[in-house]
Amino acid sequence: MDGFSTLLYKEVLRFWKVGFQTVAAPVLTSLLYLLIFSHVLEKHVQVYDGVTYTSFLVPGLVMMSVLQNAFANSSSSLIQSKVTGNIIFVLLPPISYRQFFAAYVLASIARGFVVGFGMLLVTLWFVDLSWQAPHWIVVFAVLGGAIMGALGVIAGIWAEKFDQLAAFQNFIIMPLTFLSGVFYSIHSLPPFWQQVSHFNPIFYMIDGFRYGFFGVSDVSPLTSLIVVVACFFVLTAFTLWLLRIGYKLRT
Amino acid sequence: MNSAIRIEGVTKRYGGVQALAGIDLEIAQGEFFGLLGPNGAGKTTLISALAGLVRPDAGRLAVMSHDVVSDYRAARRLLGVVPQELVFDPFFSVRESLEIQSGYFGIRNNSAWINEILENLDLTSKADTNMRQLSGGMKRRVLVAQALVHRPPVIVLDEPTAGVDVELRQGLWSFVRRLNRDGHTIVLTTHYLEEAESLCGRIAMLKHGSIVALDTTANLLRRLSGHTLRLRLAKGAALPEALRTRVAGEAGREYTFALGSCEEIEDILHAVRGSGCGLEDIEVGKPDLEEVFVRVMNE
Repeated sequence: MDGFSTLLYKEVLRFWKVGFQTVAAPVLTSLLYLLIFSHVLEKHVQVYDGVTYTSFLVPGLVMMSVLQNAFANSSSSLIQSKVTGNIIFVLLPPISYRQFFAAYVLASIARGFVVGFGMLLVTLWFVDLSWQAPHWIVVFAVLGGAIMGALGVIAGIWAEKFDQLAAFQNFIIMPLTFLSGVFYSIHSLPPFWQQVSHFNPIFYMIDGFRYGFFGVSDVSPLTSLIVVVACFFVLTAFTLWLLRIGYKLRT
Repeated sequence: MNSAIRIEGVTKRYGGVQALAGIDLEIAQGEFFGLLGPNGAGKTTLISALAGLVRPDAGRLAVMSHDVVSDYRAARRLLGVVPQELVFDPFFSVRESLEIQSGYFGIRNNSAWINEILENLDLTSKADTNMRQLSGGMKRRVLVAQALVHRPPVIVLDEPTAGVDVELRQGLWSFVRRLNRDGHTIVLTTHYLEEAESLCGRIAMLKHGSIVALDTTANLLRRLSGHTLRLRLAKGAALPEALRTRVAGEAGREYTFALGSCEEIEDILHAVRGSGCGLEDIEVGKPDLEEVFVRVMNE
């Protein structure tokens, strides 16, 4: 194994070793969201024709789990390594900044997929989902996980203490994911908030992902793909630049 | 000389603090080299620059002729660093940590060498123990093991025996001596000067980011230290006036004389006997690095 594959393996092993915390707990949390929201709104809300509210909710919650856990993986791993000092084990070997980035982001995607897949498995018992365009499901899950993994790398190397990371997570990531159309279609919002939602990149990830299940979405999946791909490239370029100059890692 | 480490004009400033003020240093392959200095002298900054953890403001550093910036992959493969801080990854066992560290350097199937390191560092029984469950001394040994997994020809040990018991120290030094005999270059920083004196063939002393002394250990001891003679006079006895000018230190009835050569002992004792002055105790002190260190730092 080279440095990249070892770092990827280590990052996957790291979250797998604490699977209750990193996989089972997020699946349970999403399941609770599903049970509560579907119980309250199932009979009152129908977003798309022929799609029950619970069915509508499942892809949104799955994608939200993918995104939040992808972010959590890279950010928590990096901040822990920085605070405890063991980041030195990764900085001393001949691992390039591109390999560093790729390993952390791929491990983030892996955790997002494991949690998302777990959530899907659990919900399949009581929700009848259709799979209209599975390739869109995979594409948006991979790109969404990669974007959030990259954001996690940025947050992880920027934050100097857990409090700063919590602020990043609670004041940026959480509002963006909760206000991205996970629980509703943006067409149900007043026009102003519909416009605001279009500036939220996570909205496009959720909407495109959901299109893969139902074949309907708030905006065209191609538009969502363009926005998501653009975000991915911008964030990747920015993260690679930070790593190349050694921002807060190599003083 | 075939240099293991070459450092040219390296400077580093942190805000108002000049951590490194133009370091030039060359360490030959196979040397056991000591880097000494008080806290804040710049030792760890210099090591960090060598390891690519710190980016110098000016100058260049090379490991086995490979620049640590432009040819960092080769330089890092040739360098093993034992960091000063007691750091570990709490998710993994000792063996997992070493296998992962091997993988970072692109080494597969490293079990034979890992087993040898574990045995030499008396860690075999703890191989499958999680890092969190180890004592401080054990964690320190794992840090040494992690620095050696890729068999680097140049090994830097940044205060490796801080907080480590005597038994481990002896075991560690015996292992490091063997590595040095096998051709590895060793660079050591330590506050235990007797360790540096007995291990290092050459020593550099740093103060405020500059090298203030650089020579072989033997030369430093010869130039800046020497034998001493300590006499404790009997009660009521007075030191002969002829010896007063030669006294280097005085504490109550105890007088210390710095000796240029061992023959001076006879002169001093002859003068004491001639004056009828009684003696209670005599002690001859050897040259030691601590005296050299104190003298250099106070200059």
